[in-house]
Amino acid sequence: MIIALAFGLGSLLVGMLVRPRRPYREKLLPYESGNPPIGEPRVRFSVKFYIIAMLFVVFDVEAIFLYPWAVTFDKIGLYAFVEMVLFIIILLVGYIYAWKKDAFRWDE
Amino acid sequence: MNVFAEIFRPGIMDFLIQTGIVLVKAVIVVGVLMLHVTYATYFERKSIGHMQVRLGPMAVGPHGLLQPIADFIKLFFKEDIIPAQADKPIFFVAPVISIFAGMTAISVIPFFNGFVIANINIGLLFVLAMSSLGAYGIIMAGWSSNSKYSFLGGLRSSAQVVSYEIAMGLSLVGVMMMAGSLNLTDIVKAQEQYPLGFFWPQALGFFVFLVAAFAETNRTPFDLPEAESELVAGYFTEYSGMRFALFYVAEYIGMIMMSLIAITCFLGGWNGPFAIPYVPFAWLLIKLYCFIFLFYWVRATVPRYRYDQLMSLGWKILIPLALLNIVVTGLVKVL
Repeated sequence: MIIALAFGLGSLLVGMLVRPRRPYREKLLPYESGNPPIGEPRVRFSVKFYIIAMLFVVFDVEAIFLYPWAVTFDKIGLYAFVEMVLFIIILLVGYIYAWKKDAFRWDE
Repeated sequence: MNVFAEIFRPGIMDFLIQTGIVLVKAVIVVGVLMLHVTYATYFERKSIGHMQVRLGPMAVGPHGLLQPIADFIKLFFKEDIIPAQADKPIFFVAPVISIFAGMTAISVIPFFNGFVIANINIGLLFVLAMSSLGAYGIIMAGWSSNSKYSFLGGLRSSAQVVSYEIAMGLSLVGVMMMAGSLNLTDIVKAQEQYPLGFFWPQALGFFVFLVAAFAETNRTPFDLPEAESELVAGYFTEYSGMRFALFYVAEYIGMIMMSLIAITCFLGGWNGPFAIPYVPFAWLLIKLYCFIFLFYWVRATVPRYRYDQLMSLGWKILIPLALLNIVVTGLVKVL
């Protein structure tokens, strides 16, 4: 972990010693195919991205919830399996609702 | 108590020796990894060149063999341009986070029986955590560059990585159920009784994992974040010189990392059909090279997806398939 961090920082530091540095105004402008940039770069973006972020939180927590169940699966047997199938079915209801609300549609 | 007695107490010496061994292992792995990354770029250009009836790099060294070294030296001496309106601290940190996430995840992979830098019990969970940390590097790079191309690339990429993260996490649940452990060494050992590893009992999970791995590493056919015909270079448009090189290396490390996880979780890790004497990691390397070649092969064959197709593939097909895989695995194990 430390070595990985050291590699990233170290190569940047050594690079800083040897490379040329000749900045001027045009070079420091954001790239926009050679034209001077127009307007604010941080534009307003589609609300779809927010929906994806929220759905991600729900489903990721659910995936993490499945892990301890999966690891101890051999010991807890049929009862826990039925319980988890019920959990997945409840989750599927929410999933189908999101689908019907067109949360996964990007082509309109 | 005097200081020397404190330092040379048996417990502390043991701890120092253990730390030293781990450090040496880490240096070896990082060295070998960087060699593989440099030559993975060469191998990619060569194999794609030949698939498109070109020769690929030929000029530097015999058959272009010194090309990656020349590239590295060139990037090293390039000027490092930081756009005037960039968010400087975030701009500095982003490439380091990217490379750090990939490299750290490799530390829990067992290369052969007994050789693993950190043999922790939550190995698989750690790998997933690190691969989602990589998304921070991308989104920070996209935000801090203050350029439209970077911003859109970063947005697309984070939404994509986040969507496929779920499918990937769910596809690995089947492996955990079969192995009963999150420790990657235990997972490899649990596969010894199956002739094909977990590939056969977990074929559906492997398929979902493979597609998700391509999307997570931003490789074709899911390379929308850096779709060069629309977004120039996506989230690292504004990066140059060594910082660009770090992103580039991080992409290849991510590819190697995903291949290694697929090999350890589904294809039997360091085990092969027969033992090769003296080289305990031979099978792992052979499988790794086949996997990397698969990445290039797909890149040369499959056209890029459209963004709405990408999202509906992830959410409408892969997640139900992964859930189905979990239920079927559970049924088979219970009955």
